[in-house]
Amino acid sequence: MSVLILADHQDERLDEATAKAVSAAGQVGGDVHVLIAGQNCRPAAEAAARIDGVAKVLIADDPRLANRLAEPVAALMVELAGGYDTLAAPASTSAKNIMPRVAALLDVMQISEVVGIGADGSFQRPIYAGNILQTVTSADPKRVMTIRTSAFPAAGAGNAAPIETVTLTDSPDLSGFIGSELSASERPELGGAKIIVSGGRALASAENFQTVIAPVADALGAAIGASRAAVDAGYVSNDLQVGQTGKIVAPELYIACGISGAIQHLAGMKDSRIIVAINKDPEAPIFQVADYGLVADLFEALPEFRAEIDAKATA
Amino acid sequence: MKIIVAAKMVTDPNIKVRALSDGSGPDLASVKMAMNPFDEIAVEEAVRLKEAGIATEVVVVSIGPAKATETLRTALAMGADRGLLIRADQPVEPLAVAKLLKAVVAKESPDLVLTGKQAIDDDSNQTGQMLAALLGWGQATFASKVTVADGALQVTREVDGGLQTISVRLPAVVTADLRLKEPRYASLPNIMKAKKKPITEKTPEDYAVNVAPRLTVIRVEEPPARQAGIKVATVQELFQRLHSEAGVL
Repeated sequence: MSVLILADHQDERLDEATAKAVSAAGQVGGDVHVLIAGQNCRPAAEAAARIDGVAKVLIADDPRLANRLAEPVAALMVELAGGYDTLAAPASTSAKNIMPRVAALLDVMQISEVVGIGADGSFQRPIYAGNILQTVTSADPKRVMTIRTSAFPAAGAGNAAPIETVTLTDSPDLSGFIGSELSASERPELGGAKIIVSGGRALASAENFQTVIAPVADALGAAIGASRAAVDAGYVSNDLQVGQTGKIVAPELYIACGISGAIQHLAGMKDSRIIVAINKDPEAPIFQVADYGLVADLFEALPEFRAEIDAKATA
Repeated sequence: MKIIVAAKMVTDPNIKVRALSDGSGPDLASVKMAMNPFDEIAVEEAVRLKEAGIATEVVVVSIGPAKATETLRTALAMGADRGLLIRADQPVEPLAVAKLLKAVVAKESPDLVLTGKQAIDDDSNQTGQMLAALLGWGQATFASKVTVADGALQVTREVDGGLQTISVRLPAVVTADLRLKEPRYASLPNIMKAKKKPITEKTPEDYAVNVAPRLTVIRVEEPPARQAGIKVATVQELFQRLHSEAGVL
């Protein structure tokens, strides 16, 4: 029994999602190995070697693996697959792109977005926007899965696992990297943030996100999220969308401002520990899942809330 | 350029689907069905490519029960040229769907296969990637912009931190994200015209594909429902409770 995890990383650093996937893999059982595939990715490999529970880190440092295009990374995973019963990855957009390709090449049906691992070899995963949990077992000789990281704690970082080099022999040349536009932000990543302040259509403009949501988020050291409506309206960039098909988050505190609470949005945040809803409409469905609801105009409530935070900070 | 679009019939996205009380599956009795929203976006992209003179034919394929013909008719009304229903009365897993689509590709020889990034019923997000793997083609998933030039595509993809642009050699598989295109509402004349467009019906056996599931569903259940908490009267009360009661501030 052993598990190979395809790490989520940016070459020079490791994403926190990887440590969460490691703790999930620990529940599957057996040795856990982590694969760092990329270019100039030694720093990410060194970070992975520190994760508790990792028996070995595999590093494949190759220009063909730069930017983790699906075809070469999947080819590498398939080359390495022979030594493992389970191939897993955090359910990031990168792994969601790569892992089904790996699964099909191995003739395995992937188990997507695992949120629970049973001692009996079963896996739990949400379907229908998280309104139903499905428990499945696999009849395939190997298991290929993605892990919903909001459902697992991050493993600790006191390890010193060995790092071993692996090589990609055969890489299909089917796609090429042209460029990326990544949102530059000093705020925490949505996926790992302890507090998220999220805005909906009621924000009414991109400026209002900056003048009303951002000051509260920054005072709390929080990430900013948004509903689909706010993203569609162009108030914030696409990668801030929380929901069934956007980011799935489970912070300690989720503050939903001017968000009505469509099924698709709830699917992305209903596992948060504490949910606060601030909405003018007392009938908004978001109040049905909120621990604390405030029926108020967010343009008045949020500046007041910011003042409370500041008052406490100076108290 | 010939395009195949794969479109799945799913439950209406506005409906909150419940589990059957015996835990055997979702309760789909009398639930309204519709085309998977992401597949609708894929159909729209294909039809736009045809309207731009880039695509010559758009063939839409659905795998599902007889009722999935409605999904095909919707796509035909949006502007697809013909439909193919592969009749399957039990749910077909993404891996088997990809195998069926591979067999369809072998017969139809398209230059591009478009589909949605994810079906909103099983939320698997696998079919396009699996199809590309089985065909040995390149893939561009979660597409928010597609341009065609010189036997290749340039695709902007929605990724965790923002956007990524890649080139993919044709033939290729592209999966649509939310903002690729806004699907049109079919006009009444086009709905009428769609009734005359051809739909072929086949079975998985016709393609010699085994669609037996690899995953066994042990049970389904609804997650513990979140209880509505309390309404607070003021911002000050909210802050106090978050601080002293919930301990999160």
